[in-house]
Amino acid sequence: MNETPGSVVNVTRSLAGDAWSDLRRNKIFWGAAVLVVVVLTMAAVPSLFTSADPASCTLGNQHKGPSGGAIFGYDFQGCDVFARTVHGTRNSIQVGILSTLLAGILGIAFGLTAGYFGGAVDAVLSRLTDIWLGVPFLLGAIVLSGRLSAGEKNDGVMAVTLTLGVLTWTSSARVMRSSVITAKSQDYVAAARMLGAGPARLMFRHILPNSIASVIVVLTLLLGANIATEATLSYLGVGLKGGALSWGLQIADAQSYARIAAAPLIWPSAFLAATVLAFIMLGDAIRDAFDPKLR
Amino acid sequence: MFRYVVRRLLQMILTFFGATFVVFALMFANQDDPVQALAGEKPVSDSLRAQLTERYHLDEGFLGQYWYYMQGLLTGDLGRSLTGREISTVLSEAWPVTLRLSLMAIVIAAVIAIVAGVYSGIRRGSLFDNGVLAVTLLLLAMPIVVLAPTAQLVFGMELGWFPATASRNASFYAMLLPAIVLATTVVATELRVTRTSVVENLRSDYVRTARAKGLTPRRVTWVHVLRNSLIPVITLIGVDLGTLMSGALITEEVFNIPGVGLKLAQGIRNEDGPMVVGFVSILVIIFLFVNLLVDLLYAALDPRIRYE
Amino acid sequence: MTDIKAQIDVLPGTDPRAPLLQVNDLHVEFRTRDGVAKAVNGASFWLNPGETLAILGESGCGKSVTASAIMGILETPPGRITKGEIRYRGVDLLKLRGAERRRVRANKIAMIFQDALSALNPVYTVGFQLAELFRVHRGMSRADAKNRAVDLLDQVRIPAARSRVDDYPHQFSGGMRQRVMIAMALALDPEVLIADEPTTALDVTVQAQIMGLLAELQRQRNMGLILITHDMGVVADVADRISVMYAGRVIEEAPVHDVYARPGHPYTRALLESIPRLDLKGQQLNVIRGLPPALTDIPQGCAFNPRCRYAKDPCRQDPPPPAYAIAPRRTARCHFFREVLGE
Ligand SMILES: Nc1ncnc2c1ncn2[C@@H]1O[C@H](COP(=O)(O)OP(=O)(O)O)[C@@H](O)[C@H]1O
Ligand code: SF4
Ligand SMILES: [Mg+2]
Repeated sequence: MNETPGSVVNVTRSLAGDAWSDLRRNKIFWGAAVLVVVVLTMAAVPSLFTSADPASCTLGNQHKGPSGGAIFGYDFQGCDVFARTVHGTRNSIQVGILSTLLAGILGIAFGLTAGYFGGAVDAVLSRLTDIWLGVPFLLGAIVLSGRLSAGEKNDGVMAVTLTLGVLTWTSSARVMRSSVITAKSQDYVAAARMLGAGPARLMFRHILPNSIASVIVVLTLLLGANIATEATLSYLGVGLKGGALSWGLQIADAQSYARIAAAPLIWPSAFLAATVLAFIMLGDAIRDAFDPKLR
Repeated sequence: MFRYVVRRLLQMILTFFGATFVVFALMFANQDDPVQALAGEKPVSDSLRAQLTERYHLDEGFLGQYWYYMQGLLTGDLGRSLTGREISTVLSEAWPVTLRLSLMAIVIAAVIAIVAGVYSGIRRGSLFDNGVLAVTLLLLAMPIVVLAPTAQLVFGMELGWFPATASRNASFYAMLLPAIVLATTVVATELRVTRTSVVENLRSDYVRTARAKGLTPRRVTWVHVLRNSLIPVITLIGVDLGTLMSGALITEEVFNIPGVGLKLAQGIRNEDGPMVVGFVSILVIIFLFVNLLVDLLYAALDPRIRYE
Repeated sequence: MTDIKAQIDVLPGTDPRAPLLQVNDLHVEFRTRDGVAKAVNGASFWLNPGETLAILGESGCGKSVTASAIMGILETPPGRITKGEIRYRGVDLLKLRGAERRRVRANKIAMIFQDALSALNPVYTVGFQLAELFRVHRGMSRADAKNRAVDLLDQVRIPAARSRVDDYPHQFSGGMRQRVMIAMALALDPEVLIADEPTTALDVTVQAQIMGLLAELQRQRNMGLILITHDMGVVADVADRISVMYAGRVIEEAPVHDVYARPGHPYTRALLESIPRLDLKGQQLNVIRGLPPALTDIPQGCAFNPRCRYAKDPCRQDPPPPAYAIAPRRTARCHFFREVLGE
C-alpha cells in the first residue's frame, strides 16, 4: 500500500464516522446519554431540582416521612434526603471527571512514551506499571487518600481526586501502549517518518489520533468506576468528610438506621448506581461501536 | 517452564519491593510530622511519640526507615497497634474467617461466571445471552457500598431469608449472603471475559477441526473450547483478588464479620496508622503471592507458555 | 476393517453404483451486515474412488465454503445451504440429521485445512487429539487409542513417533504439523479426503513432500481425493480431473491434461497464463485484470464478463451460460468456448 501521510486523517475520520453511525442506532447509547445529561445538569445546577437547602437540618424532623419538597423524607439528623442526594451529585461528578482526566493524562503520557520508544524505556515503564498494579487499588487509595485528606479543614475533595488519578492511570497506559505499538508498524506512520516527520510530530499528529479511541473507551468506563470508588472511600472515612456532601457518606450514615428508616439509605444508593450505570453503558456502547466484532 | 518460573519469580521480587516501597512512601514520605500522621487527628502523648519514633525509626533517614520496615515485615514482626495489641495477633485471629468468606465468594463467582459465560457465548444473541449481559451490566453498576447495605436490608432484615450479620464461627448458611454479595464484585467481569473468550474460540480453526472430526457439540464445547477459554479467565482471578480485598473490607464492615476487612476498616476509622500500614503491607504480599500462583496455573493450562 | 466399521458402512439408502461423492447444484448464502453474500451458486461435481479431483479458483470464489458444506461444518448462521444435494454413495447427506450426519465425518469423509497450526488445538497434545477419534468413534481405551495414534504418526513419517506423541502442536515444524493433520484425517480410514490448500502455508520443498505423501496414501487406500487450491502449478502432476470455480460456480470441468493443453473457458485460460514459468523468468506475469465480483452483487449473465476479453453482448444477459459439453467428459460455462479453444 502506498498511502500518503495525509491519509491518516481519513482513516481516523471514517472510523469515527462508522462508529457514530453505529452509535446513533444504538438505544442503549441514547438511554445512557440521556441519563448522563440529567446527572450532569443535576451536578451543575442542583437548584433546578430542589429548592431546599441541604445544610439546613432540624432534629425535630428526624426520620420523618416525605412531606412538601422533601419527597424522600428526612434522615437521622432531620436533613432533607432528596436535597442532600441532589446536591451530592456535584462532588461525585467533579471528583469522577477530574480524577479520570488526571488518570488519562498520566496514562497517555506513560503509554505513548513506552510504546513509541520501546526498548529500555518501555521495559522500565512496564516494570513501573507492574509495581503500581502490585498494590491492590483500594488499599493504596486508603493509605494515600487517608494521608491527603488529613486535617480539620480538609473536605477531602482534592485528596480523593488526586488519589484516584494517581492510582488508576495504569489501564489507559496499557491500552495506549499497545495501540501505539500497532500504529507504529502501520504504513502511514512509516511513510510519515520517511518524509522526515520528527518524534513529536509522529506521536501527536499520526499515532495519537489513531490510538485515542480505545483510550476514550477505557476512560469512560473508568469514570464510572472512579465515582463508585469515591463513594467507597467516603464510606470508609478516608474520602470526603466534614460538611462535604457525598453519596458514600450518606450511605454510611444511614446504614446504622436502615431498619428504622430505609429511604435515607436507598436513595443515595439508587442515585449512585444509576450514575455509575450511565457511564458504564456509555463506555460499553462506544466500545461496541469502535470494535463491533464481539457483539 | 523453568525459565518462565524463574523470570516470574524475579519479576515478583522486584514488584514486591516496589509495591511495599510505594505503600511505605505513600504513608511516610514528605511528612511534616509522621508521628501525628500515624496517630491521625488525636493528640499524641510524649510516651506514644517516643514509642512510635522508635518503632518506625523516624529519627533515621527515609531509606533507613524503609529498611527497618522491611525487616519487620519479612520477620513477621508487625509491631503494635495504637491500642497496644500485637498486630500479628489481631491478624491471626481475623484471617480464618476472611479466608472462608473469600473462598466461598471465589467459588460462587467462578461457577456462575463459567457456566453462564459458556452458555452465553454459545448462544450469542439469544434471549439468555442478552439477559445475562443485562444482569452483568447492572452488577457492574452496583458498587459494593450500594450492594452490601441494600442486600442486608432486603434479604437480611425485610425478607429475613438470611441472618443480617455473621460472627466469627458463623455457619455456612449465615456466611452465604455476605459471600454472594462479595462474589458479585467479580462475577460480572469474569462472566464477560468467559463469554468473549468462548465466542472467539468458537470461531477458531481448531473448533472447525473438532467438528470435522465428528465430535458432538457438547464435546467440542466442554473439552476443546472450555480449556482454551479458561486461560484468560484464570489470569483475571489474580487481578480480581484486589477487587475481592476491597469488597471484603466493605462486606465485613456491613455484615459485622470480624475478619481482616473489618479490622482494617476499624483501623481506618480509629485512625490507627500502625494497624493500617501493617495490614495493608500483609495484604499486598498476599496479593503478589496469589498472582504468582495464578501465573504458574496459567502456564499449566497453556503449553505454549510452559514450553517457551 | 472391524465390525464397528462394517456397521457404520450401512448408511440407509446406499447405492453401490452411485459415484463416491456427488455434489449437485449446491447453493450457499451468508447473511451479513452488508447483505446476502452468495458464496456458492450452483456448484456441481463428482468424485470416484481412487480419483483426484482438483478444485481451482482465486481466493474468495467459494472453494472452502463448498468443502465445509460437504463436511457439514458450515457456520449456520450466518451460512445457509439454500439448495442442492450432496450425495455420498447415493445418500443425500443434507437429509441426514444429528448423530447420523456426525458419523459420516471422519469415518467416511475427512478434511485437512490450510493452516495446521491454528487447525490443531493448542492446549492438547497431538496424541490426545489423534486418540480422541478412536475413543469417541471406536470406543477404544486410552492406551489402545494412544498406540493407534503412534501408528498413525509413523504412517505419515513423523520421526520418533512414540516420543513425539506427547508433544503439543506448537512444538512441531510447519510440515510436521501438516503431517499430523493428515494423520488425523486418515485415522478412521475415510473414503473421501478433502484437502483445502494443504500446502499453501508451507515452503516449496516441504510442499512437494506433503503432496507426495498425500498422493501415496491415496494410492494405498484407493481414496477419493478432493484437492482444493488456487495454484494451478500444484495440480498438474497429481490431479486426474479439474473443476475450475468462479464466483461460486464450476465454470470448467475436464481431465487435467486437456485443460493444460487447451483450456475451454477464458477464466481457466487466464489462470494458466498467470502461472510463474521458469522459462519466462523475469518477464511480467499475466495477472488477470480486475477483481472477482462482490458476492453480494454478482453481475448479470456470465459472472466473469466484466473481466473477460472475449465478452460480447449475450454474456451480459441472464441466464448465465449453461454447462456446454465442449468435448467428451468436458464442460465449460462459456457461450464462446469455440473461440477460446481456438477452433
Ligand atoms: N463465516 C462467513 N461469514 C460471511 N461470509 C463468509 C463466511 N465464510 C465465507 N464467506 C464468504 O464466502 C466467500 C467464499 O469464501 P471461501 O469459500 O473461503 O473462498 P475460497 O475459495 O478462497 O476458499 C468469501 O469471500 C466470503 O465472502
Ligand atoms: S460467457 Fe462471455 S463473458 Fe463469460 S467467459 Fe464466455 S466469453 Fe467471457
Ligand atoms: Mg479457502
